[in-house]
Amino acid sequence: MADDKLVIAGIEFNSRLWVGTGKYKDFAETKRAIEASGTDVVTVSVRRVNIIDKGKENLLDYIDPKKYKILPNTAGCYTAKDAIRTAMLAAEAGITKLVKLEVIGDEKTLFPDNEATLEAAKVLLKEGLIVLPYMSDDPIMAKKLVDIGCPAVMPLAAPIGSGLGIRNPYNLRIIMETVKVPIIVDAGVGTASDVAFAMELGCDAVLLNTAIAGAKDPIAMAEAMKYGVLGGRLAYKAGRIPRKLYATASSPLEGMIGS
Amino acid sequence: MNITLNGEKKEVPNNVTILGLLEFLKIQTQRVAVELNLEIVKKDKYGTTTIQEDDSLEVVSFMAGGSMERATPGRGVN
Repeated sequence: MADDKLVIAGIEFNSRLWVGTGKYKDFAETKRAIEASGTDVVTVSVRRVNIIDKGKENLLDYIDPKKYKILPNTAGCYTAKDAIRTAMLAAEAGITKLVKLEVIGDEKTLFPDNEATLEAAKVLLKEGLIVLPYMSDDPIMAKKLVDIGCPAVMPLAAPIGSGLGIRNPYNLRIIMETVKVPIIVDAGVGTASDVAFAMELGCDAVLLNTAIAGAKDPIAMAEAMKYGVLGGRLAYKAGRIPRKLYATASSPLEGMIGS
Repeated sequence: MNITLNGEKKEVPNNVTILGLLEFLKIQTQRVAVELNLEIVKKDKYGTTTIQEDDSLEVVSFMAGGSMERATPGRGVN
């Protein structure tokens, strides 16, 4: 669908499925899964370089930054200060000004600390970063983040890695009516129907990691997710039939034998 | 001289610049970011910024990760 490109902050994205690079068996599997997904966006974390073990392979040797848009995240940060520091380091690496801002509020649920996210977003936007904030599915939060200048928002579907799918489709619909920026559903999806559902609701993209990396066959699941997103998006643009309580016959009544 | 590098004590050549240290460690400068004593150093200053005794350096890059990575609280780049 050439005229259905996703555009955020002037950047064109070819795929509406974005994929994380964590939790795979090894880099070779990561590469194969990402290829199977058809994505052009991969998220990465910002971590210390391994000084001691020089033989250790580098993720970016498997994921070509020229072929994929690298989206660094601030995974693991529990304070605005840490997230800001991590995001600024990510930007300084010189590959991209994009950052997926995550400030986690709680270890068990990994739910975002919305307040700290807003605080960090303000600082990072001023520094010229393109901030894509991970947030709870709260329309008020979405509006606040967009009002300060975030070019898109990333509401969670369910807790990270939970596989629960879209917990609150109604909130996602309200967010779509509240803000006019792209909405990228992030976290908690489990399988292809979840991403199809998100796209059918009208969301602009889905980011996932565990659903693919944790599947029994990650490569197959990556491909399934690709089709889930494509199918869901097409269905959304096609304009579905309304839901009705009673039947509406599909076949004409005229010409029936015995009438 | 002794410095702290990525959280560990390390012995490095005296009066080495950041660029010199990265070369010494065989780390490519393109995909890394460097923080010296909690301040990010711009890439174009690697060649002119000298490291002192007891300095604390963080050298980070992009690693695998979706959103399950957990840092030790208070140490975001872990």
